[in-house]
Amino acid sequence: MEHLIDIVLLGLLMITGFAIVRMKSLLAVAMLTSIYSLLSALLFVVLDAVDVALTEAAIGAGISTILMLATVTLTRDEEEAPRHTPLLPLAVVTVTGAALIYGTLDMPHYGDPAAPVHQHVASTYLHDTPGEIGVPNVVTSVLASYRGYDTLGEVTVIFTAGAGVLALLGYRTRRRNIQTRKLVVLRVIAKLFFPLILLFALYVLFHGDFGPGGGFQAGVIFATGFILYALAFGLGNAQRVIPHPLLRIMAAVGVLMYAAVGIEGILLGGKFLEYGVLADDPVTGQHLGIMLIELGVGITVAAVMLIIYYSFVSRRD
Amino acid sequence: MHDVIHDLLGHYNYWIVIILMMTGFYTVIARPNLVKKIIGLFIFQTSVFILFISMAKIEGGTAPIIEEGLSVYSNPLPHVLILTAIVVSLATTALGLALVVRIHDAYGTSNEDDIHVQDEAD
Repeated sequence: MEHLIDIVLLGLLMITGFAIVRMKSLLAVAMLTSIYSLLSALLFVVLDAVDVALTEAAIGAGISTILMLATVTLTRDEEEAPRHTPLLPLAVVTVTGAALIYGTLDMPHYGDPAAPVHQHVASTYLHDTPGEIGVPNVVTSVLASYRGYDTLGEVTVIFTAGAGVLALLGYRTRRRNIQTRKLVVLRVIAKLFFPLILLFALYVLFHGDFGPGGGFQAGVIFATGFILYALAFGLGNAQRVIPHPLLRIMAAVGVLMYAAVGIEGILLGGKFLEYGVLADDPVTGQHLGIMLIELGVGITVAAVMLIIYYSFVSRRD
Repeated sequence: MHDVIHDLLGHYNYWIVIILMMTGFYTVIARPNLVKKIIGLFIFQTSVFILFISMAKIEGGTAPIIEEGLSVYSNPLPHVLILTAIVVSLATTALGLALVVRIHDAYGTSNEDDIHVQDEAD
């Protein structure tokens, strides 16, 4: 059964991929990209990667699509036909693809427990997490504790992306809202969903130790709540709820909070990002450390997503 | 016969991933519209995610959340790597699209061929 779902989902992904290449309307392509992303999120659930699925659904199908739609409205919708013949790119792609498929013939079979990928540190993480970290979700324990240093770099990447978009696109404050149509249904639904989305984001943030979730997913979900609000009530109103200067401060505070937890570890006699020393009991310290850095990640991600969204949308006059 | 089917199923995920990868690659190199190129890159990135997550799967395993009564878990390490990669892919997509918007402002078009024509005319 699992194989069948896998085969069907991959088949649908392939069809969507081909449709994306062939379609000329870029708005339609952006919507198809969202479907493509949602399908791959479903596939990740089938492949046991629940944390990845949640991230892909929130980031790929959610925020990326909104940014693509915003870009299409800022540029143009219709794609022109290429002036060159597609024969050369087609040849390059076929040869590369054939070489890669030849390369897969040496790979171990899908689902093989004896594959080399499973033989190194992975089993250590699975075995040691309950005793050393004390959280059931191994993805969270590796992301936030064992490889916490990498995740700090990750948050810095997000912060830099926000700064980069802000430098490229700038930002304008909106006093008035452009209202072309009465969006009654959208407004009622948005008002109803807005608190629920924020509540769900907090659940995903603080429940990330036990189930799928964590700072990245929670931050994105938090931001989508405000994006929904901005879509229904206009950018001007959204900026009154959560103003741009506040977002810039939040984006920096999240990263600094993460780094501060690391330095706190040094001050208490441990190593950088060693959480065991944060409390009397090492496992309690791990819990505290993971929660604090996840909170920092969530704050930065939410702020940067909104900064990027404001930058794109405030350019539209 | 049974072996052939087993072999096909064992590599099916990887082959579809490569087809998707090449679809994205083709879009990047053959399509002149810059938004379409970014979307091609997005397809390419997602196919890499599927490749890694497929390799993490263990037959009969379950999601790597420790629970009493379960003993086989899929490999959590690729999951962590790809979670990170998805966030980076958003960063690259957002910056790429921001560049497209600026290019459109400067040239009045987001078509690569038109941009080359304008550059050569200068």
